Amino acid sequence: MVQVLQIMEPGETLDPHEGETDFAIGIDLGTTNSVVAMSTDNVVDVFTDEEGGALVPSVVAYAPDGSAIVGELAKRLLLSRPDSVVSSIKRLMGRGPEDLKSLGGQLPFDLAPAGDDESQLVRLNVGGQTLTPIEISADILKDLKDRAETHLSGKVKKAVITVPAYFDDAQRTATKDAARLAGLDVLRLVNEPTAAALAYGLDKGAEGHYIVFDLGGGTFDVSLLRMQKGVFQVLATGGESALGGDDFDHAVAEHFLTQRKSELGDVSLSSAEAKVALMTARLAKECLTKSKSGEWALTIGDTTTNHSLDVETFNGLISADVNRTIKICHEVLTEAGFDPEDVAGVVLVGGSTRVPLVRQAVGDYFGKDPLADIDPDQVVAVGAALQAEALTVGSDTLLLDITPLSLGLETMGGLVEKVIVRNTPIPVAKAQEFTTFKDGQSAMAIHVVQGEREMVDQNRSLARFNLTGIPPMAAGAAHVRVTFQVDADGLLTVSAAEDTSGIEQHVEVKPSYGLSEEEMTQMLYDSMANAKDDMELRLLAEARVEAERAMNAVTSALQADCRLLSVEERERIGEKMDVLHHILKGDDREAINGAAKDLDVATQAFAEKRMDKGIRDALTGVEITALSD
Amino acid sequence: MAAASPSTSKLMNNMENPQSKMKSCWSCKGPVAVGALFCSTCSAVQGPAAINHFQRLGVEQSYDVNVANLDQMYFDLQRQLHPDRFAAKTAKEKALSQQQATAVNDAYETLKDPLKRADYMVHIQGVDVLPEGCNLVHDQTILIEAMEMRERLAMAETLSDLRSISAETKAEDEKVVKSLSKAFHDGDLEEASHLTTRLKYLHKMMDEVRHVRARLMA
Repeated sequence: MVQVLQIMEPGETLDPHEGETDFAIGIDLGTTNSVVAMSTDNVVDVFTDEEGGALVPSVVAYAPDGSAIVGELAKRLLLSRPDSVVSSIKRLMGRGPEDLKSLGGQLPFDLAPAGDDESQLVRLNVGGQTLTPIEISADILKDLKDRAETHLSGKVKKAVITVPAYFDDAQRTATKDAARLAGLDVLRLVNEPTAAALAYGLDKGAEGHYIVFDLGGGTFDVSLLRMQKGVFQVLATGGESALGGDDFDHAVAEHFLTQRKSELGDVSLSSAEAKVALMTARLAKECLTKSKSGEWALTIGDTTTNHSLDVETFNGLISADVNRTIKICHEVLTEAGFDPEDVAGVVLVGGSTRVPLVRQAVGDYFGKDPLADIDPDQVVAVGAALQAEALTVGSDTLLLDITPLSLGLETMGGLVEKVIVRNTPIPVAKAQEFTTFKDGQSAMAIHVVQGEREMVDQNRSLARFNLTGIPPMAAGAAHVRVTFQVDADGLLTVSAAEDTSGIEQHVEVKPSYGLSEEEMTQMLYDSMANAKDDMELRLLAEARVEAERAMNAVTSALQADCRLLSVEERERIGEKMDVLHHILKGDDREAINGAAKDLDVATQAFAEKRMDKGIRDALTGVEITALSD
Repeated sequence: MAAASPSTSKLMNNMENPQSKMKSCWSCKGPVAVGALFCSTCSAVQGPAAINHFQRLGVEQSYDVNVANLDQMYFDLQRQLHPDRFAAKTAKEKALSQQQATAVNDAYETLKDPLKRADYMVHIQGVDVLPEGCNLVHDQTILIEAMEMRERLAMAETLSDLRSISAETKAEDEKVVKSLSKAFHDGDLEEASHLTTRLKYLHKMMDEVRHVRARLMA
């Protein structure tokens, strides 16, 4: 008995590797800039560079040897070596070649011709390499991870990464894949506006219905949340995954280039030269948040042209985009049945909310001054860090998020049948039944789409697969059930089953513009020599968690029912517990799994006794009540 | 009005029939009450029980749901069951938490919305109202009402036309919800089912009003 009790010391089985600190960080992976932070006891530390800057430009430069330079230095190389530098890569995450046409021809990317493989993934030519947006994003994440590790003098393995609420499934999956390539275990993908709300709610004690207005470099998100006593409930969300400060830059660059054209005649631009124009435009935009007007010189090739721009002209160039953001706010409120005056506050997020016209438009529409007490550039990372701590250490706050876009299936005539409508709380699972339309039909093509439009081709195609092996039946007799499941990261899994025959197919929705599992494995091997070790470490961690769970379960069972066992039986279980406890201190995964299995076998008879006793006790209870009736 | 007792205790009390109300905990293998969220011995999260939405949220089965109370029950359950609480746990616990949170979300979404709640209540009491997207309506009055509304909407040319249609539809909506409450209270399922169909049409009308408004504003 004493022996058994000794190994039941609370806490003892919980952390056999106490010496290892496992840091969990929050990352805002932005279009223009990224930020990394960590929270300890709800106090957030935003990691800065030597100059005290928190923003890491999301720019990657590739050296001739293939190594990546990220951040401020890469940004400086943008003008001198534009062919080997990539910026705004987030706009291409989860995108296919077709999408790029609609994103506008003036994007400063040099696309590689599509390969003959099945993959529809976009590839970029940069610095003599051909890379996917996932790999380029992974290089940014690696740099952020390094930055955190330098500050913490320790290893970082886990992270909460934020994504625009309006990101679709392909874009979310691409982000998660990038993290995996960077050697980060994603605790959760959190929507950017939700992270910002968390920061405001926890830090500033905001309560009531809030709008988070998030205008970044490349994406616009707006969310309506209810915040009360540690609960952050997202009620509605809207946005556009290609609307942001980059569009302001483009508008200004086009303005400059039109002026230049009238001066010099028609000149075509290379993608490198377009980058120069965009850089100048960005400088002008940033300057005009503080000044009334300014003058800029644009040097392309050997010719320099001078351009002046004042705030009124600038406002005119961007007003269509700003109006679009307000229209989207209006739609989100209307859909949730709210009026602008029902909103307690508006939180500004994203560097582009510094533009005075944006602030003014938001203030006018909601009838109140928007909040920017937490730096709009850092607030998302602060929220991500808080959530990373909550997920690893535990917390009372609750984030209840929703699906930003409807998910559906293609039906006859190219129409979409919605299975999960937008603004549904996640996690969610919904099933829809379909039937065959021909006698003896043995297969059914299933096409999964995401979006709000009625026709398939107006929405985003997520995946196609075939449910095969349907037994021959008359038309309409087979019942195919398609189940959509969206997890807390907003990621979709689809499975299909034929009810009368029980044929089932499980599909991880990944293919359309994502990496296949093989490509992922190859990239992991290419990107780090220790990919195999990484996998092994992951499996070891899983084995440990599972073994600890088993030990805790047996410990609890012994505490509750140890008198059901003889002294010998107790000793035998105690022995197996000791062995597992000891083995857990080492790193031998096979041994841990083996010892856990032994413990399971040794406690089987005990489990049976406990079930017998449970049923006996319950029966006794009933007899007493029955007697007293 | 909805019950004030916490949902968990309500579920645990359901033990009159011991053999069918007892199962083995997947983690410690000991006995655990069917419907318990967590094992009383080892605290491991359990899978969702086959219970109706009212039982899941621990509120009284009635059309007159107190929304504030419903919210509170929902938050309490998600605080315990949401996958965020299981980020550091085993794969099995993560999966169970996801199933639980999914079931709780489903119950909440259904019960908080007056139309979905009516539809669900009629359904669990054995009557199927029109399946989603089905256009077969036998009720002449509903058909005529819907056609008239649609005609008015087609004629609407200004935002103020829309506003009056919208206000009327909303008022009608409120009336139907009141009648639904009475029908369920009186146990008149036929009337409840008829009113549910009407409410569906009114909601469709509101959607269309929204679309037309967006078009007029553009």
